[in-house]
Amino acid sequence: MSWINKLPPKIRGFLEPKREVPDNLWVKCPETGQMVFYKDLEANQFVFPGSGYHERMTAQARLRHILDNREYERVLVTAVPADPLKFRDSRRYTDRLKDARSETEMDDSVLVGEGRLEGQNVVVAAHDMRFVGGSLGMAAGEAVIAGMLRAVEKKCPFILFAASGGARMQEGILSLMQMPRTTIAVQRLREARLPYIVVLTNPTTGGVTASYAMLGDIHIAEPGALICFAGPRVIQQTIREQLPDGFQRAEYLLAHGMIDMVVHRHHLRETLARLTRLMMRQQGARVSTSMAPGYMNGHGSHKGASIEVRRTSAAGDVVDVEGEPIAAAGKSDPSKAAPRVEATKRDAGTSRPTTPVAKPDTRT
Amino acid sequence: MRTYLDFEKPIAELESKVAELRMLSDSESSIPITDEITRLQQKAQQLMVDTYAKLTPWQKTQVARHPNRPHTVDYVSAFIEDFTPLSGDRYFGEDAAIMGGMGSFRGRSVIVLGHEKGSDTETRLKHNFGMAKPEGYRKAVRLMDLADRFNMPVITLVDTAGAYPGIDAEERGQAEAIARSTDRCLALGVPLISVVIGEGGSGGAVAIATANKILVLEHAIYTVASPEAAASILWKDATRNVEAATNMKITAQDLLQLKVIDTIVPEPLGGAHRDPEKAARNIGDGIAKALGELDGKTPEEIRRHRQDRFLEIGRSI
Repeated sequence: MSWINKLPPKIRGFLEPKREVPDNLWVKCPETGQMVFYKDLEANQFVFPGSGYHERMTAQARLRHILDNREYERVLVTAVPADPLKFRDSRRYTDRLKDARSETEMDDSVLVGEGRLEGQNVVVAAHDMRFVGGSLGMAAGEAVIAGMLRAVEKKCPFILFAASGGARMQEGILSLMQMPRTTIAVQRLREARLPYIVVLTNPTTGGVTASYAMLGDIHIAEPGALICFAGPRVIQQTIREQLPDGFQRAEYLLAHGMIDMVVHRHHLRETLARLTRLMMRQQGARVSTSMAPGYMNGHGSHKGASIEVRRTSAAGDVVDVEGEPIAAAGKSDPSKAAPRVEATKRDAGTSRPTTPVAKPDTRT
Repeated sequence: MRTYLDFEKPIAELESKVAELRMLSDSESSIPITDEITRLQQKAQQLMVDTYAKLTPWQKTQVARHPNRPHTVDYVSAFIEDFTPLSGDRYFGEDAAIMGGMGSFRGRSVIVLGHEKGSDTETRLKHNFGMAKPEGYRKAVRLMDLADRFNMPVITLVDTAGAYPGIDAEERGQAEAIARSTDRCLALGVPLISVVIGEGGSGGAVAIATANKILVLEHAIYTVASPEAAASILWKDATRNVEAATNMKITAQDLLQLKVIDTIVPEPLGGAHRDPEKAARNIGDGIAKALGELDGKTPEEIRRHRQDRFLEIGRSI
């Protein structure tokens, strides 16, 4: 307990803005009540040492924890109109936004950055619960889309740290429309065959879960995280029954087949690095553009605006050129092309019965 | 028996007076009261026009939820010939909250999907009040697969307060099912036309309403969360539903202004329930026009049209 708490409110209020540590020097574990020194908690990646409870993290901390040298570069996000519904409430929505911005130093609830993960390029987006409950509005939708499209541009994996109370009520239908909008960007990642890994953290709910957060190639959850569509309170009100133990927690979702794994925060970085490495390794070596028609991507059976294009090199080898055809054709880097061609040759030796070999596209 | 909404009281009084006078004029034909009847009828009519021309968002919500309002079953039987219901998601079960099937719409084979709320206690329970579980959305995905394979346009009729919030639904991946269904809509190579016929509530609506063209009935609503749910989320007080409805811009007219929807389908005077046949005709005409506008497009163009349509939302308001 700090002596500051004993001061009259006026003096306390005067002192408070000067604090560098959020809330208090001491943080209480929500599970056991254990008091932990903030610096110790931060050093332990915001996991309480006693109970292993995973405390919420800011988006900035998320990105720093996961990326090499704790460095990231922010990805530019399209600006959106502020308060399109002129939403009136006990407070003006624009005032709420202003407060959230000064508290979080973020534009909105999703921060997108690019950096390296064990040397590999990645784009990472993270929700921040401090910003209007991590809710999905127009700005967050644009941020997710920008991040995914940036990954397509860079031909690198996209990692999402989800944490959200769901759609942002103050933006009404325009918030709901972010569900299909972000899904379009997920499809672009899929067409480009780039890994999309979702890390579901406490809590991930509502419209976020019911769109891009449940459409990853791999779903990882942090221990104990609440992950759901309808929150426990809503369900209890509907059915008026006691909810089962551990209902809608990460471990429950694992048991019900909705996620691939539950990973302790201390092992998250290495897990993500391993997965992205494995998934990206043969990317340059693919021979075929077509895949078995998949019901989930829906583009398998139709030929069309796949982002991927093939070119035939002078030597007649199939060269993989992913991304925008014009840009790729413009900057043909021989140092990069060489190992790719070699990889293609090597790959051609191994038979892949499930993947039909497609004709090289000669449009470019 | 006709159910009147609270704001329709003056209309109800006039209409009951007209009915009374009619009875009188039938029994005692000696008194010439037909003029009086006509006068009152005209008055009631005018009152109806005035009332329905300026319904508040909450009043529209009430009309959209009117117990006599026509539902998916009514419209399907009105404008889909040879309708053949199809059941099951092939994984777990059949969910009657989302009806599906194939049939013929003005000469084309189509796949139809629609939330059905039911119209009496028995059917309401059977259809779970139009609140779908994962099976419903997985069935929708299955039928959209069929639509793509057999080149049949998809018509969806949206009428749900939202996806079902229950233990079993969560257990089987409600969120994932909704996300996949939205995903499937966006990948369709055939035209997808959605009509919000009553309530378009939340992700449970979007899952089958991610369409090339979105039509909304004149007094229907489409919202991120039902007014009650929104009030509960915003203020932890579900009784502030009227306030939520007013603030959230949920009416067809607001949605058109926000460029979220394409067309408002006019309803008969006093709401679709006062003349279901006319309502069905208007919807049918709206769908036919929307389909016509997409004729001759390749699957890739149709997909691109739908994706561009959604990406554009919010960027030019």
